[in-house]
Amino acid sequence: MSASNDPRTSLPGEAGHWGKEVRSDLHVAIEPRDSGGLEVGLESRVAPYYGEAILGQVRQVLETLGVKNAKVAIHDEGALPYVIAARIETAVRRAGLSTSQKALPDKAPLPDPSAKDRLRRSRLYLPGTEPKYSINAGLHGPDAVILDLEDSVHYAEKDAARILVRNTLRAVNFGACERMVRINQLPLGLEDLAEVVPEVPDLILIPKVEHSGQVAQVDRMISELRVRHEINRPIWLMPILESGQGIENAAAIAAATEDVVALAIGLEDYTADLGVAKTAEGRESLYARTRLVNAARAAGVQAIDSVFGDVADMDGLRLWAENSRALGFEGMGCIHPAQISVIHAAFAPSPTEIEKAQRIVGAFEEAQQSGVGVVSLGSKMIDPPVVQRALKLVARAKAMGLA
Amino acid sequence: MTERVELAHNAAGRSVPSMVNGKPQMPYLGIGKYQPRVRKQAPPVRSSKDYPENGDKRLPDLETALRKCGLRDGMVVSNHHHLRDGDRVALRMLEAAAKIGVKDLLWFPSASFPSQKSAIDLMEKSVIHHIEGSMNGPLGDYCTQGKMRGMGVLRSHGGRWQAIQDGEVHIDIAVIAAPTADAFGNADGSHGKSACGSLGFALADSMYADQVIVVTDNLVPFPCVPWQIQGNHVDYVVEVESIGDPAKIVSGTTQITRSPDRLRIAEFVARFLREAGIMKNGFSFQAGAGGIALAFVDYLRRLMKEDGVKARFVRGGSTKYLVELLQEGLTDYILDGQAFDLDGVNSISSDARHIATSPFTSYNYHGKGNFASMVDAVVLGATEVDVHFNANVVTHSDGRLLHGIGGWQNCLFSGCSILAVPSFRDRIPVIVDEVTTLTGPGEMIDVVVTERGIAINPLRKDLLDAVKSSKLPIRPIQDIKSEVEQICGGKPARPKLGDRPVAVVKWVDGTVLDTVWQVG
Repeated sequence: MSASNDPRTSLPGEAGHWGKEVRSDLHVAIEPRDSGGLEVGLESRVAPYYGEAILGQVRQVLETLGVKNAKVAIHDEGALPYVIAARIETAVRRAGLSTSQKALPDKAPLPDPSAKDRLRRSRLYLPGTEPKYSINAGLHGPDAVILDLEDSVHYAEKDAARILVRNTLRAVNFGACERMVRINQLPLGLEDLAEVVPEVPDLILIPKVEHSGQVAQVDRMISELRVRHEINRPIWLMPILESGQGIENAAAIAAATEDVVALAIGLEDYTADLGVAKTAEGRESLYARTRLVNAARAAGVQAIDSVFGDVADMDGLRLWAENSRALGFEGMGCIHPAQISVIHAAFAPSPTEIEKAQRIVGAFEEAQQSGVGVVSLGSKMIDPPVVQRALKLVARAKAMGLA
Repeated sequence: MTERVELAHNAAGRSVPSMVNGKPQMPYLGIGKYQPRVRKQAPPVRSSKDYPENGDKRLPDLETALRKCGLRDGMVVSNHHHLRDGDRVALRMLEAAAKIGVKDLLWFPSASFPSQKSAIDLMEKSVIHHIEGSMNGPLGDYCTQGKMRGMGVLRSHGGRWQAIQDGEVHIDIAVIAAPTADAFGNADGSHGKSACGSLGFALADSMYADQVIVVTDNLVPFPCVPWQIQGNHVDYVVEVESIGDPAKIVSGTTQITRSPDRLRIAEFVARFLREAGIMKNGFSFQAGAGGIALAFVDYLRRLMKEDGVKARFVRGGSTKYLVELLQEGLTDYILDGQAFDLDGVNSISSDARHIATSPFTSYNYHGKGNFASMVDAVVLGATEVDVHFNANVVTHSDGRLLHGIGGWQNCLFSGCSILAVPSFRDRIPVIVDEVTTLTGPGEMIDVVVTERGIAINPLRKDLLDAVKSSKLPIRPIQDIKSEVEQICGGKPARPKLGDRPVAVVKWVDGTVLDTVWQVG
């Protein structure tokens, strides 16, 4: 690996990564010149197949960005076109050559707009500067993917991640997944919004929210961008509460705007705020979690749990997720595709629960049809809240393909 | 190599040389179309009176043994590759030949490995004329760059046996590395500090070579049991300090892939076997030691347990994962061609239900049947596959030699041959319009499983019907191909191949299936 691979020492005019271990990425170094046109050097592991295509794209992107004279050196490790465009644009901006132009990749068709109350059992975190994980992420069937600009991205790489995430949103087909972006803490997060909102993510996760004003600030910014870019579909908000104060303000945060669809909890930061260790049983965060569930319920939004960090411990994950569901959470984060099926199974109602709920719903429908006010099953009268819960459970089971 | 090469079109539409290393060739005629009318070859008649009555055939070193065998210019010398990248015998044999001063040997290993790259020096010095056997890494590059004097000949494991048996290749001297042997020449691969499991790849060499030398680093008093190689075929025995580096002979533990995409492919393959009705009591399958294949075995094991299904036999390359099936009673037998890890070696040496096989039992075209066609399903890899299901396993898509054929072609005769491949590697699509080098005709390949979906060969209507109501993503192969081309930014450019043949790919019957052309 070259020294320039280390983001902390990246030089002006450089972007991306290369080296033996790097996949689906590239490194671009741009040296501005006063005259002499473009001199492009390319080394690529896919040169026999896409060498010409890459050279063509490099020239096209530079032209779009208005770069006329420069020496460009590219080490490509099999990056896809939208990654190539993002890295060149980052390098050009870092070289101080262009700040306003964008080199946008071909647009993949937008998925259907996401419903406010859709299933959000699993959301798969994808580091914003690492292209190789995004390409096939949708295939693994999480309910959502999160393109992360916050904790998984080094401070020196925030600009690169923003551009790559923007291009990813535009070019990558994530299938039926809800496309989420986790922005940085405000005010940096506002810059993220300006870059990514034009590509219409379905939901923005706002980290480290402590009061409703922060949500309102994000909401305002999105509204402005909506108008400017003529966006007519929902962009939902999911504030993440990661501190004592955030938890105490949970109810107000949940109700901050119409577009909040869920509250999520971030336990690493929360336990750090409390100065306690994060345990697998999670006793230290029980209050925060139940409080968040309650606040979410009061505002009519979903409660979403944190992530389970040990990718190798599937039994631990299953226990955590089952406990989560029992507390009233409707989903949690995942950091590896292998966690998805375990989480989905844990958040799914059991066959016995579904069957019981279906019988209650059947009795309810029968009572509706015959105009009887009271729902009864056999000799037992069913209370209205029980009917409501059964309706909800059956609807969820249907959405999960279980009923 | 300046001679002009005449080319002919074979039944697969590929252009192939009609002469290879001075021998006329039969172009590929189609599956099961070629029937050579010759008698099987045999080594010269020997008499036991010429061998020591006390059975002690030891000589002090390999050079002496080669001299005693009458090694001279132009001979065919052979080795097996059970010691893989840890082998120390083949190179020592070639170096001894250099010391003796002979030239123009044809080296006929069952496969070559990167650690044997100094064979290039011996080719430069004319000790070796050319290699017939798989070549990859530096040897593969040397061949594809057109630097080898003769043409490379790539054969399957079964094809090697066929070539020996019908006389296409006559071995003058076979040097067999043996992890355990006695002074009579009985040899075994499953015991000793350099244990590798089976010695099946050396069996034909022991039976058909004019002269046979066994080299061992674990000489035991007669009898060496089991005798996978029979001393009655052996002329001389040489004891050495070490025949190989145990760390490179087998891996300590074979690793399942952690790539989510590859795990998904493995899961699809396992579920396909269940939903197509192939996974049922008494069934059989074969899978290799690649990351996807290992993960497949692990998934299948879970499905077999869930459904209470047991296999009659599984075929290896054995690994920890096959051994676990045996130990858990999920299969009655492992019929093993080669052990890939320590678990495989330990199992073959201690469990009577884990049996060493050879290309004769499993793959040979000239056998009266073979095991490969009795296996219900096989899971294989490939570098490329085209829309007609033709596949390439020997070259990169840029035309450079990458892999040997191994048992790959032979396994295509199973009831359901499945290629488990990612839909693209880096940016390079795996499903293409036309494969760079044809290694397996599409009519032999039934299913292609990628992370984006499963394509079933339209010829297999039975399989298409069997999974009609399945939730698996069954898709036309063209569909997957266009999706991937869209992701990768268009079709890849075709590699620029030269017009000079540097190697040929044989089909299992000895006919020429395709040509490897000079690159760069």
